Amino acid sequence: MKHILDFIENPLPWYVSGPLLGLIVPLLILTSNKQFGVSSSFRHVCSWLKLSKSAYFKYNYKEHEWATWFVFGIFVSGLVFLNFSDIHTSELSETAKNYFLSKNIPVEGFLPKELFSPTNLFSLYGLLLLFGGFLIGFGSRYADGCTSGHTIMGLSLLSSASLVASIGFFIGGVFGSFFILDFLF
Amino acid sequence: MGFYFGFVLIKSEAISWYRIVEMFHFQSFHLFGVIGSAVITGIVSVLIIKSVHLTTIKDEPIDLKPKPLLIRANFFGGLLFGLGWSLVGACTAPLFIHLGAGNLSILLVLIFVYIGTITYGAIKNKLPH
Repeated sequence: MKHILDFIENPLPWYVSGPLLGLIVPLLILTSNKQFGVSSSFRHVCSWLKLSKSAYFKYNYKEHEWATWFVFGIFVSGLVFLNFSDIHTSELSETAKNYFLSKNIPVEGFLPKELFSPTNLFSLYGLLLLFGGFLIGFGSRYADGCTSGHTIMGLSLLSSASLVASIGFFIGGVFGSFFILDFLF
Repeated sequence: MGFYFGFVLIKSEAISWYRIVEMFHFQSFHLFGVIGSAVITGIVSVLIIKSVHLTTIKDEPIDLKPKPLLIRANFFGGLLFGLGWSLVGACTAPLFIHLGAGNLSILLVLIFVYIGTITYGAIKNKLPH
């Protein structure tokens, strides 16, 4: 029991957690013949709740129910592990620690609490968070997938669409970090 | 399966806001290592599955058709998604993990994710694909 708890709470090096992450690909293929992705569930949920009248949302969402259950499982993992266990993170690189220090952002846990507090939503970063959320929804559907469906699943299948999308993700991310976040903090 | 995926995302620290900011600033190898080794594991497993013609546990033949290439959509959509990823410091699955942890701001971010999805559905035909 203690070993299990240690495994859950102590940080893992990337060469252990990365392959564990990649294992989701054969696991899903072999158990359910599915290619997974998280962002497709956005479309299915909109279709299920009839949030829009566009033709894009008119199809049999019931065939894709599993994708929404998959996302529900992700939600439950956050609920369980981030509320009821004390997961330690490994140290950031020295460069990153100095960066956050210079920007006055305390490093604790998985998110900077202050930036993500509900009152901070009325600040400039709060607005950018909402705008970022909009881009995540819009961009992932436009690109036909997100980091899970394209970068992990798609690249595992050596798909050219996924390579193009993943290069796009990266360019967009580097741009946002150097040209927006750096000026904000 | 989702539960397993969520757990390893937490353990790999891919859900960490700090790690995302660090990665996009090229300040550490950590997430590059995580993503790189995850993809290599995926590629090798798919190659094995294909070469020994494995079937699913229910004995169905395996269907591995990758997504269609829509070069402009994949790229421009990718750029927008990447920008959103860096601004929020979390991509899609980590948002649900933070929501599970009970973060209310994330709930609002997720509402905007759905607004983005609906907007795409509404203007899909006007975009280059």
